[in-house]
Amino acid sequence: MMGLLVFWRRFRRNRAAVAGLAVLLLVVAAAIIGPVLHPIDPFDMIGRPTQLPSARFLLGTDVSGRDILAGLLHGARVSLVVGIVASLVATAFGLLVGAVAGYYGGAVDNVLMRCTDFFLTIPSFVLAIVIVAIFQPSIVTVTSAIAAVSWPSVARLVRGEFIAQRDRDYVRACRALGMKDREIILRQILPNALPPVIVVSSLMVATAILTESGLSFLGLSDPDVISWGYQIGVGRTVLRVAWWMSAIPGITILVTVLAINLVGEGLNDALNPRLQQR
Amino acid sequence: MSPTLAFLTRRLLQLVPVVLAIAALNFALLHLAPGDAADIVAASSGGASAEFTAELRASFGLDRPLHEQFVLFIGRLLTLDLGWSHIQQAPVLELVAERIPATLLLMVAAITVALAAGMLLGILAAMRHRGWIDGILSVVALVVYATPQFWLGLMLIVLFSVTLGVLPSGGMMTIATEMGWAARAADIGRHLVLPSLTLGLFYVALYTRLMRASMLEVFTLDFITTARAKGLSETRIGFVHAARNALLPVVTLAGVQIGHILGGSILVETVFGWPGLGRLVFDALLQRDLPLLLGILLVSSVVVVLVNLVVDLLYGLLDPRIVHR
Repeated sequence: MMGLLVFWRRFRRNRAAVAGLAVLLLVVAAAIIGPVLHPIDPFDMIGRPTQLPSARFLLGTDVSGRDILAGLLHGARVSLVVGIVASLVATAFGLLVGAVAGYYGGAVDNVLMRCTDFFLTIPSFVLAIVIVAIFQPSIVTVTSAIAAVSWPSVARLVRGEFIAQRDRDYVRACRALGMKDREIILRQILPNALPPVIVVSSLMVATAILTESGLSFLGLSDPDVISWGYQIGVGRTVLRVAWWMSAIPGITILVTVLAINLVGEGLNDALNPRLQQR
Repeated sequence: MSPTLAFLTRRLLQLVPVVLAIAALNFALLHLAPGDAADIVAASSGGASAEFTAELRASFGLDRPLHEQFVLFIGRLLTLDLGWSHIQQAPVLELVAERIPATLLLMVAAITVALAAGMLLGILAAMRHRGWIDGILSVVALVVYATPQFWLGLMLIVLFSVTLGVLPSGGMMTIATEMGWAARAADIGRHLVLPSLTLGLFYVALYTRLMRASMLEVFTLDFITTARAKGLSETRIGFVHAARNALLPVVTLAGVQIGHILGGSILVETVFGWPGLGRLVFDALLQRDLPLLLGILLVSSVVVVLVNLVVDLLYGLLDPRIVHR
């Protein structure tokens, strides 16, 4: 409890991060209760197509007469779920690879880092496209593809942390006490290595949301759910006459991603107080 | 053999495992995919009998055991055979190769803009550390980081092509007009402005931040104090003495980001109808052309490795202390 309080005090010092957190909570609230308060199916054609924002359709309608606001609210669910789950999966996998490579070193480290470097070399967006295209677009494949291209940076970071920690006195003491490797990795080193990882994986949520929007803009999104990138793709067809149709979901992405980035920086200040940037 | 040549040879040899690994990945993806090449061809010819599909499968060698297929696959790769696009009726390598120059042009333009602008702004921000320029640049960078590139492209089209009507909104050149090479170059240049700006802006922000941090680091070194003691102007110290030494980390990162830039150019090319790899990806997606997609993945990875090699060689020019062995 005390730790949380200290954490919040440090986090609060970064004004921009607090503002980002407020915006992010708003987006999360919109994703959870928005579709309840505004119960319109985002795929329903409910009005004349390509309408400007009005009292009846707060953000207007798209080329097929679908309510744009309903699309945004449902799209928020997709973006947040894909972003958060992809980041969690990538972090878990990166932790596993990085911890094993850093802790054991030697041949294991060599092989694992070769793999990591290999995945860092391939243009990640192209790989994500190929994975989604091959396994057919759905929430699961899109999330897995983003996770599959995001884990290497976590793995590298974790490996560095583990190498820095593995020969410290407290780890040697654990070994001398006869503690198992698994226990040392999970209970002793991991908590010490975690703060920078939390920062990186929170920023990864932002990147994942951007990647998801790019994929769905290319038509690689789950056909059963609406997403922000898909909305921009739809609006693009009438860009010359109805620019706001692509502008609105784009601004939504921008604000959400910006908020997450600000929160990430706040987390960095709060979790790694010694690494304060100039 | 001269050290540089030996370095080059070794680096080029390092390409081999990378290519083999991507080939293995491609092979795995291809076999994890629901349906195989025979099904796709059968489907694209409007449905076929089971016997015909089986015949196709045999003609592609798909009826052999997996390890044999893999050996065949690698063997074909070694003879630069990346497969056949059944949809475009052309070898994959040919389709991909003819798109590379346009993508490289776009990437080089974007990186050049980004490096030039990023360094300049970074130097300015560092020299006015905590001043208003520094503040504004930080805020702009935050916004740029959060902007989806393809959306930025669309908005630039709305502003510069639709509203102001000063720049073309798509394509690489004006079609069906005869012009001399100079006019043609200027025409391509005009078409290049919006796509390269769209692709480059993110990296302008990134390099500005990096250059700023790197400059602030250099400003703490002794030789800067010496320069100040000599009575040199702050402008000269910043732009001449510090900037040269702050450059290297920025170039390093530019090299690391090549894959990222290539990924971004896929979306940007789609937005602007730029006839490079990105458009090819888009077309391949529309037509479900898997062999073509996998070929693009392979070739673009090789491009990334080669560009990284070029960046490494550039180090030697920037910093004579670095010798390639």
